[in-house]
Amino acid sequence: MLIQQLVNGLTLGAVYTLIALSFSLVMGILGVLNLAIAELFMLGGYFGFAVVMAQLPLPLALVAGMAGAALVAAIVERIGYQPFRTASVVTPMLSTLGFSIILQNVATNVWGSDPLQLSDEVLSGRFNIGPVSVSAIQLTVLGVTVLLVALLAFLVQRTSIGRALRAVAENRDVARLLGVPAGRVTLIAFMLSGALAGAAGVLIGVHYAAITPYIGVEIGLKAIAVMVVGGTTRIWGALIAGPLMGVVEVMTVAYGGSQIRDFVVYGFMILILLLRPQGLLGGGRSDQGQRV
Amino acid sequence: MTLITPPRLTLDRVTKTFGGVHALTDLSLEVAPGQIVGLIGPNGAGKTTTFNVITGAYRATSGTVLLDAHAVTSEPSHRIARAGIMRTFQNIRLFSDMTVWEHLLVAQPHTGSFARRLLPTRFSNPHVIERAEEVLEFFGLGEVRNRLARSLPYGLQRKVEMARAVTARPKLLLLDEPVAGMNHDEAETIRTLMLRLREDGLSILLIEHDMAFVMNLCDHLYVLDFGVLIAQGKPDEIRTNPAVLDAYLGQAA
Amino acid sequence: MSMYYAGLLSDIGILLLGALSVYIILATGQLSLGNAGFMGIGAYLTSYLTVEVGVPVTVALIIAALVSGAIGIAVGFPALRLKGIYLAMATLGFGEMVRSFFQNFAAMGGSGGFHGMHHVSTGYIWTWALVILAAIMLIEASPIWLEIRAVRDDETAAGLVGLNPTEIKVGAFGCGAAVAAIAGGLFAHHHVYIEPGNFSFERSIDFVLAVILGGSTVAPGALAGAMLLVILPEYLRFLADWRFAAFGALLIGMLLVRRQGLLDRALFRFVLPRSRA
Repeated sequence: MLIQQLVNGLTLGAVYTLIALSFSLVMGILGVLNLAIAELFMLGGYFGFAVVMAQLPLPLALVAGMAGAALVAAIVERIGYQPFRTASVVTPMLSTLGFSIILQNVATNVWGSDPLQLSDEVLSGRFNIGPVSVSAIQLTVLGVTVLLVALLAFLVQRTSIGRALRAVAENRDVARLLGVPAGRVTLIAFMLSGALAGAAGVLIGVHYAAITPYIGVEIGLKAIAVMVVGGTTRIWGALIAGPLMGVVEVMTVAYGGSQIRDFVVYGFMILILLLRPQGLLGGGRSDQGQRV
Repeated sequence: MTLITPPRLTLDRVTKTFGGVHALTDLSLEVAPGQIVGLIGPNGAGKTTTFNVITGAYRATSGTVLLDAHAVTSEPSHRIARAGIMRTFQNIRLFSDMTVWEHLLVAQPHTGSFARRLLPTRFSNPHVIERAEEVLEFFGLGEVRNRLARSLPYGLQRKVEMARAVTARPKLLLLDEPVAGMNHDEAETIRTLMLRLREDGLSILLIEHDMAFVMNLCDHLYVLDFGVLIAQGKPDEIRTNPAVLDAYLGQAA
Repeated sequence: MSMYYAGLLSDIGILLLGALSVYIILATGQLSLGNAGFMGIGAYLTSYLTVEVGVPVTVALIIAALVSGAIGIAVGFPALRLKGIYLAMATLGFGEMVRSFFQNFAAMGGSGGFHGMHHVSTGYIWTWALVILAAIMLIEASPIWLEIRAVRDDETAAGLVGLNPTEIKVGAFGCGAAVAAIAGGLFAHHHVYIEPGNFSFERSIDFVLAVILGGSTVAPGALAGAMLLVILPEYLRFLADWRFAAFGALLIGMLLVRRQGLLDRALFRFVLPRSRA
């Protein structure tokens, strides 16, 4: 039973990891908390849903979700971030908040506030590995997450785009002096984070076989806690914090009741902010160390 | 007990390290009441660090800072300020949306009960208003009293910063490059102001690169290089001190 | 006055208090995204006092404000260690924790909510709202507010001029928490039914929206913002389902065009005669 909960926790954790990576990309490179990410997550889910309900295959749904969310993220970057990038970091955060309000309203009007549900299971089948029963969907979620994280890692470490991202993360002005097109880099960062969040949305929609316009606030915001626990300035912290928080949350629900799970998740976040602000994976001081 | 008045400021073998870097090593200096003392040295010698240690922005790694023979070494900044040490900054730090007048009000110590402070300023202790007027006149800032301090020309901003520091009647004033970037006339005005402040009993510790200004004004000089005191004495002595000349080689005097 | 207008006015009054609670804390340079938590504490505590203990509403509100203020001070101390976005995230977490707490708190109904409060009039709500607004406006003319502005502007310089930033920032959290609690208590006794969902992140955002839109540098800005948020949807009936999107767009527009919000100090200096002191 415990191991079963562990698997469930890891599945939720995978989704958290993707969203936390999304938050962390923008936070690490630009120092901005992009609150619209929670709704990009939600929108990605809806785009993916639309594809699945049209009887099209799951990989296409993923692409739709990621591309759609990335596109919306680009709009957020142009209108919600660019004009404010010289202001304090709080102002862009408030502007992305404005966007999240707009996006949620759009979703409620286009798709309704009642949950959309899948008529049949996208992927049926369960696998029994020892004492544990894992559904095909859970495996898919975990698998896709691992794949995306690997792709991101490759992008960041091995490509010139990744180098540019890391340069801007270290020091925007110096990066510009060295010829890195900072404006384009932030656009890419936003779109990447949108794609990750969108993928998470598709995965969770398929996993729960339902989607509402409120999953952004319900699940997406908690990914902020995951980012903090992992370390806001080290995006790979999300790889540890995601599964950790997923498991913590699932265990809390299983053994403490679903009402206190938010309490525990956010309580964790506050503890980390106060006791170890650089996060679990963070280096000695929160300002130093590689961000991306 | 002797009857000699204690020095206004004493630094007793103050050391400040950051990680492995020694910003200050065993620095000892004194400023007597009513004295103007200069702290000079090449860039990066640790002069501003000294100010930061005195005002409590940095905590000394070892050694003591004494104001009128009372140790203030580990006090928080605001208490050191209230005890009578005020400073100005190398890059001016005025409050961005306050007028000159408001700067002179906010710097004054609290008198009276907490409840009194909640009342609109016009009901405040009249001494507060009087003092602000006094300082305004002393520095010749009457005409710009209602202008936003940050919108004033550079020379006036420096005056406002000094005025803010002086308003609370400190015992010791730390001035960090008060005439940097000023022409001769502006610097003369500042010099006159400082002399008048000294007449009122104020002690001044001054960091400045303008050697003419320093030699002309200070009663005593301390010379720092790489965080270590390499010389001290009257301006005439320092002017010809070989160690000092050596440290400054290549620096504009 | 018809029920409809009374309801609108009451909503404005309560939102005004909530916005003021954010304003007070924001004045010291701290953005709190969790004041709905303090509102919830105030709502549940006053309701408990009036319904279970039989305390008169006014006394209950005062007690709730004091308790919430103490909690605010307790929150204010660790908050000193966090800046900007990190503080905002922590307060977000705090608000969610409070909501989650009440969801689990069976003694006051848990997620099923709590009821039994008696109804208070619009006039009563506005008495509280106006008294608190007036008090804050008076304080804005006082020496303490200069200190608050100095701390918000440059904490280090403020400290070096003798101001104690700790006192000011923690005190602001306490006061903000107290005012939010009063908003909560009035909310509870106006709607006569409360549930944890009333005090969610969205509520905290409403407060912040009101302050940012109405004017984040002067207290009457909270009033302008509250009026805007409650009345504008009524005039934009044709927008109906799109009014949230409209507010999101309004927020972005305001940040672009007039970052300080509708009302600001310059406007007041223009309208009111300059006073010397």
